[in-house]
Amino acid sequence: MGKIERDPITGQYTTGHQWNGIRELRTPVPIWWMLVWIASIAFALVYVYLLPSIPLGDRTTAGATGYTARLNLEAELDAVRTARAEASAQLAELELSEIVADEELATLAFNGGRSAFGVNCMQCHGAGGGGQIGQFPSLIDDDWLWGGSLEDIWYSINHGIRNETLDARFALMPAYGDFYEQAEIEDVADYVLALNPSSPEHATRDQLPGAEMFDLECSACHGVNGEGGRDFGAPNLSDAVWLYGGEREEIVAQIINPRMGVMPAFGERLDEATIKMLTVYVHALGGGEDVASGETAALQ
Amino acid sequence: MSAQAAAQPAGSMQTEARPLTYADDAIRLFTIATVLWAFIGMAAGVFIAAQLAFPWLNFHEWINFGRFRPVHTSGVILGFGGNALLATSYYVVQRTCQTRLFGPNWFHILQFWLFQVVLLSAAGSYVLGFTQSKEYAEPEWIFDILITVWWVSYLVVYVGTLVKRKEPHIYVANWFFLSYIVAVAMLHTVNNISIPISLFSMHSYTVYSGVQSAMIQWWYGHNMVGFFLTAGFIGIMYYFVPKQAERPIYSYRLSIVHFWALIFLYIWAGPHHLHYTALPDWAQTLGVVFSVMLWMPSWGGMVNGIMTLSGAWHKLRTDPIMRFLVVAVAFYGMSTFEGPLMSIKEVNALSHYTDWTVGHVHSGALGWVAFVAFGAVYYLVPRLWRRTMHSVALIEVHFWLASIGILLYITAMWVSGITQGLMWRTYDENGFLLYTFSDTVAMLHPYYVTRFLGGVLYIAGVVVMMYNLYRTITGPIIARTSTPLGSAPKAGLTPAE
Repeated sequence: MGKIERDPITGQYTTGHQWNGIRELRTPVPIWWMLVWIASIAFALVYVYLLPSIPLGDRTTAGATGYTARLNLEAELDAVRTARAEASAQLAELELSEIVADEELATLAFNGGRSAFGVNCMQCHGAGGGGQIGQFPSLIDDDWLWGGSLEDIWYSINHGIRNETLDARFALMPAYGDFYEQAEIEDVADYVLALNPSSPEHATRDQLPGAEMFDLECSACHGVNGEGGRDFGAPNLSDAVWLYGGEREEIVAQIINPRMGVMPAFGERLDEATIKMLTVYVHALGGGEDVASGETAALQ
Repeated sequence: MSAQAAAQPAGSMQTEARPLTYADDAIRLFTIATVLWAFIGMAAGVFIAAQLAFPWLNFHEWINFGRFRPVHTSGVILGFGGNALLATSYYVVQRTCQTRLFGPNWFHILQFWLFQVVLLSAAGSYVLGFTQSKEYAEPEWIFDILITVWWVSYLVVYVGTLVKRKEPHIYVANWFFLSYIVAVAMLHTVNNISIPISLFSMHSYTVYSGVQSAMIQWWYGHNMVGFFLTAGFIGIMYYFVPKQAERPIYSYRLSIVHFWALIFLYIWAGPHHLHYTALPDWAQTLGVVFSVMLWMPSWGGMVNGIMTLSGAWHKLRTDPIMRFLVVAVAFYGMSTFEGPLMSIKEVNALSHYTDWTVGHVHSGALGWVAFVAFGAVYYLVPRLWRRTMHSVALIEVHFWLASIGILLYITAMWVSGITQGLMWRTYDENGFLLYTFSDTVAMLHPYYVTRFLGGVLYIAGVVVMMYNLYRTITGPIIARTSTPLGSAPKAGLTPAE
């Protein structure tokens, strides 16, 4: 124990305790500190009064505001639903062509579509709809597998592709590796590469050894000149857009054992207004077409 | 006062036949381990910060972000912070109780090695994919049992020393150390109750489920911050600040009031980690109010730390150790204001799940916890090894590297966190969300690079410290009797026992 001394600098007395040279002053607790603490306790009491706070067995005090997180969320969702009710009803009711004709409604649909795209579509098709080479098609070009009109796009979004639902777009390419030799498939790949008008062999492609097999096996879906067939989701083989790669070995692999993309039927997850907004948005990304493909019209 | 004085007459120490010697062997080891773990934990931190900015760095399962992050958090909290707490609590309790550490010397050294073995093997288990998936409580059940047994041995040594103290009163630093040891024992035990899937498997299931499990976890997580990183480090502050300042503690009364208020209020504040979740509303409300009421009790420690410098402010100009300690207390004050603020639900709605939380944690971890620990280590090493500090200038370099590093880190996280929170809630004129999640992630990149650079500066400071301490420890020994140390510029940097 040390003795009680007066600290010359602060004017406070020490407590008389001493620990290995450390002493303590008897300075009172600062007034501002006490006041702010009391104020924070007062804040706490008000918070407790306003909100559910004291547990009482199987329930709690209700709080003067009547707030609960569940009710609050429900109210917020209701507010959004109410604010959008008119527009949603209009979107659900009107034809797609009528929506895009109305400038205000078209803007709303585009904005809503962009927002819904960010939640539902960009995981595969990319943040800007650019797709991913080797995996998911780009939505910003004019190369459409199943058609690029409003009706085509709506159908693809609503029913999806190669999923388990009845109305899904559905077409399969056989695995030609099961029926043909590697050399024959490589010949066809050479022919497919020559379908592109910029290929040096384009003019003389009929003389290529793969011509006969292409005519027999491929042209039914992909077209005589490889221009593609939207009724079957058969890609155009005469352009430079290759979802699963345009190198010779990539084309060979695709013929031997084709990869074919799937897409959920978003009509089962989203409401009609959202599907239409997505349609308007995707249609406006760059490649939207005016005329629906025959297959979509037939399906509808 | 006079009655107490009579019970333990002053000067009784000097009448003992054998002069008091302290058990410092294990403390020297813990001090070295503090510095090594600072490097390991922070190097892991810098690496995972780089991974967030440059995801291709996740090139192997052992070092992917998910497995490596707990190496960083455990390395810094339990490795760096834990060894610092052990070194200082064993050092302080002996000096302030004027008695030798309870138990034989070999036992403390055994404790040291067991602690390091558990830390290293737990970190290795994370890398190999073993985890309870509980933040700051990742080690699987087998480690939890070892830690529990080990922790009881710590409590026994600590309380044993307090019991045989030669001072009539227990110094405030020891209240905080004891509260942290007791609270951590309770937190660790309750949160880690789990059932192994078999005796020969590392894996286990926690006995809690659903929201109860989340609540228990954040009661634990919040109070690991509250007791391990706050109460324990306030204990460090209460010894090393007055020692380095050579001034009496500002207010004994304040230390009593804020100690009891702090330990009573802290333990209830955990629910603020679970705002807007399945946690019942009443628990969320109480999480807010206990956090807000905790603001001033936390600041009591800051007031007592900073005001202890009354009459010694000039030391801040010349003494980098003092500066480490005082800046630490200032960061403590800032973090403990920010914490209650972020706990208020309306603020939390913006800050939760964003980098703001990460910035908040690091202003506490880098600014408060690590700076106190650095100050204490710089104080301890010359005294424990009876050497003169190799270079005061290098302490200065360390201080500035670390300070700039923190500023880069926390400002980057504030900006990115608040931007992130605002982007998540921005709607367009039609009431649709304007940004996608990937937009917000792309926005983060420059801030993540800045944070990484801040971390690089901070760890560069640690490397400077390692070099400085190595040169100090391997420097010439100075005789116990000679106090004025030749060219040593400040008494504060020389051994004084």
